[in-house]
Amino acid sequence: MKRLSWFNAVSLTLGFAFLYIPMVILVIFSFNESKLVTVWAGFSTKWYGELMQNEAFLNAAWVTIKVAVFSSTIATVLGTIAAYVLVRGGRFMGRTLFSGMIYAPLVMPEVITGLSLLLLFIGIGLDRGVFTIVLAHTTFAMCYVSVVVSSRLVTFDRSLEEAALDLGCSASEAFRLVTLPIIAPAVISGWLLAFTLSLDDLVIASFTSGPSATTLPIKIFSAVRLGVSPEINALSTIMIAIVTVGVITASLVTKRQVAKQKREEMEAVRN
Amino acid sequence: MIHFQNVTKRYGDFTAIDDLTIGIYEKEFYALLGPSGCGKTTLMRMLAGFETPSEGTIHLAGQDIAPVPPNKRAVNMMFQSYALFPHLSVWENIAFGLKREKMPKHDINDRVEEMLRLTRLEQFARRKPHQISGGQRQRVALARSLAKHPKLLLLDEPLGALDKKLRQETQFELMDIQEKTGTTFVIVTHDQEEAMTVASRVAVMDHGKIIQVATPDRIYETPNSVYVADFIGDVNLIEGTAKPNGSDSYAMSWHEGHEPLAVQSPNGFSDGQKCQLAIRPEKVSISAVKPETADNAVQGKILDIAYLGNISTYHVELPTGAVIKAQAANTRRIARRAFTWEDTVWLSWTATAGVLLAD
Amino acid sequence: MRRYFLIAIPYVWLLALFLVPFVIVLKISLSDAAIARPPYFPQFDWAEGIRAFFAELDFENFIFLTEDDLYWKAYLSSLKIALISTFLTLLVGYPMAYGMARTPEEWRPTLMMLVILPFWTSFLIRVYAWMGILSNEGFLNQFLLWTGIISEPLTILNTNSAVYIGIVYTYLPFMILPVYSALERLDGSLIEAAEDLGCSRLSAFWLVTIPLSKNGIIAGSFLVFIPVLGEFVIPSLLGGSNTLMIGKVLWEEFFSNRDWPVASAVAVILLLLLVIPIVLFQRNQQKQQEAEQ
Repeated sequence: MKRLSWFNAVSLTLGFAFLYIPMVILVIFSFNESKLVTVWAGFSTKWYGELMQNEAFLNAAWVTIKVAVFSSTIATVLGTIAAYVLVRGGRFMGRTLFSGMIYAPLVMPEVITGLSLLLLFIGIGLDRGVFTIVLAHTTFAMCYVSVVVSSRLVTFDRSLEEAALDLGCSASEAFRLVTLPIIAPAVISGWLLAFTLSLDDLVIASFTSGPSATTLPIKIFSAVRLGVSPEINALSTIMIAIVTVGVITASLVTKRQVAKQKREEMEAVRN
Repeated sequence: MIHFQNVTKRYGDFTAIDDLTIGIYEKEFYALLGPSGCGKTTLMRMLAGFETPSEGTIHLAGQDIAPVPPNKRAVNMMFQSYALFPHLSVWENIAFGLKREKMPKHDINDRVEEMLRLTRLEQFARRKPHQISGGQRQRVALARSLAKHPKLLLLDEPLGALDKKLRQETQFELMDIQEKTGTTFVIVTHDQEEAMTVASRVAVMDHGKIIQVATPDRIYETPNSVYVADFIGDVNLIEGTAKPNGSDSYAMSWHEGHEPLAVQSPNGFSDGQKCQLAIRPEKVSISAVKPETADNAVQGKILDIAYLGNISTYHVELPTGAVIKAQAANTRRIARRAFTWEDTVWLSWTATAGVLLAD
Repeated sequence: MRRYFLIAIPYVWLLALFLVPFVIVLKISLSDAAIARPPYFPQFDWAEGIRAFFAELDFENFIFLTEDDLYWKAYLSSLKIALISTFLTLLVGYPMAYGMARTPEEWRPTLMMLVILPFWTSFLIRVYAWMGILSNEGFLNQFLLWTGIISEPLTILNTNSAVYIGIVYTYLPFMILPVYSALERLDGSLIEAAEDLGCSRLSAFWLVTIPLSKNGIIAGSFLVFIPVLGEFVIPSLLGGSNTLMIGKVLWEEFFSNRDWPVASAVAVILLLLLVIPIVLFQRNQQKQQEAEQ
């Protein structure tokens, strides 16, 4: 096996240091005793305690999770349908417009998406709150879901669906019994992506939320505008921990599944 | 049982099937043979119901099947990729079609067990498709498509994904299963050897048209066109002009100063018509001296010798410049071979060895 | 029939919540300013008909944008910041992608995960992390003072440099992933062939590796450039009052000045600015797909 050249080793080390040191510092200083975030004054978990007492943050977190669950679930349903229609729908009136509307939100600056949705909600007299944020998040997240799902559908062996039809399935049975179970991993990762995007979003939520509904990113943003605070560090640490555990578990699970599948295929060939 | 009447299929400007009329009999093993893009797969997909003809009708057991959707047809298909459902076990794959019929549970059990026995897959029933080998997958696909007792089974390049040795074994297995079940099989293949081995009748296709339909031996021995002769096996073509001299008997002049060739051929030709004599390499014998009794004998020079183990193929150049291939069995050791490069030899064949074909 | 119903669900949703809002933005950008008090004039009136409606619309807001040099400068500086930071991201990302593609195969999934992990973490938090590092009494200054490289703390936070650092940091995965996937597919024997034919290591890199990873570089650059152009969070947290970026201007126009027609006009122009890179990006992707088939 070839060893890494020193150049590659150095660039990888520096690169990953650049990516991870800021987060490591953030996490370390969430356990700082002092209110000053840049001076170490001993270990303490008091900021976590204070965070748990902070009603406003807890409420915002609750709103954010609600929004994320609803919007990502609706977005997954709509996005999967949209992907299916794009890949399998054949020609229909306005197909180009449709695929344009799927791809455009991906590159649309969030400020524009937010602004336009706000003007719509005002225009039709919809009160802004959790409902409008869900509508907004669903709209842009469904586009991401449909891109993820359609990239899976493109490589999907169409003869599997034909086989299902051939064996007596109606079109909807074929989708439910064959297509959906097979593309399920892509649908799930689409859901996860939509969920994360919704959790993260500041700009669109700022435009489409009302006084009754404040999401966590909005809360964090208004807090950090005033400067660094240990409470935010604690909150960030919790969020980073959740994501890290989630991503590592997911990658371990897939790794194990791939390894298992490979092993079984090898055995099948040997027999 | 199946009847295609003037069927045409167009995709935009491209005509995949061109005004085609054929009949397929019951309990027949029918092969559609042709190069890729000749329309054979389209033809099969029309039978399965995934394509509808642009013009013409297809009758299955006397019923026009154009309006019947694929899931309502008594036709099942075995896909080229096998299309086994990766999330279901072998057992569930085979039971899939039966469950759609709302068959009672114990009947499904019985039928699946029967299919597993037929295809010798009993011990793999619980496995997923990725846990079995290619040959086993092929048998699962076959079992699944046969489970519903189709009137007609379509096989799309069923053995294409197997290696050569396994393919030959499986060909006989297919014939065996076809005989046991008595189902009409229509197989699509580009492999002429496969079509010849398994089928009771072969239809050779090209550019959306059927060129010839006949039993394998007739396709090989008496092709009706240069295309068929060339597509099936190896063939030598000698150009010339025909002159009838008896019933089905012709004298073909092919080169000035040489005796015309005597040919017995079922295809009719008029006096002086341009034609080609098609003759298989194994029907041409090679010798050092002019054979006394042969109907036809020509002289030539050996250009090349391909040693294939059991046989050798000699490439012999005729005075016209044309190169004729002759095959001889290697009954003796190679060191004792009678001819070598640049030798002048005689090629000979009987009047019935070849056929005359129109240009 | 059922098929059309299926198509209609996402279609109508997108029409109502993507296209219609956008048409509203366009309409308001052409309306007369009446600060923060909808409805805007002109209002559509069926009785007067469509012609009268269009006659009322004008480009007043757009003319206003050209007259006030704040907007000009904001567009130009957004472009400048986007270009420079794309280049910087490439500079940091390419060696990393290259290094990843050259590591033994069993490490690569782990390295990939390490690149993707920050992407799943909140964007806001990743930007926030730099606030504590770049401030006057932040870690970077503490470190530099401690090593003796500088004697006075540097002012980095609230300058354009901080914005560049923040952009490179947050958008790095977008650059690394396409470049990596291009480099990973690169057949190692091509480099060996080039060296065999007399190239030095460096010239083999210039003549073989770079051209063959061109598509990855282009894709990565667009993936960074396009969103950076409309970026709001980074300039508003890391940038200073003199950091002009169009996303920030739009936000302030809307939330602080409450001038909706001007905010809409700013949005329309930002979008026009984005059309060119987006079209180029699409073309590049299409070409790549065709090449792969």
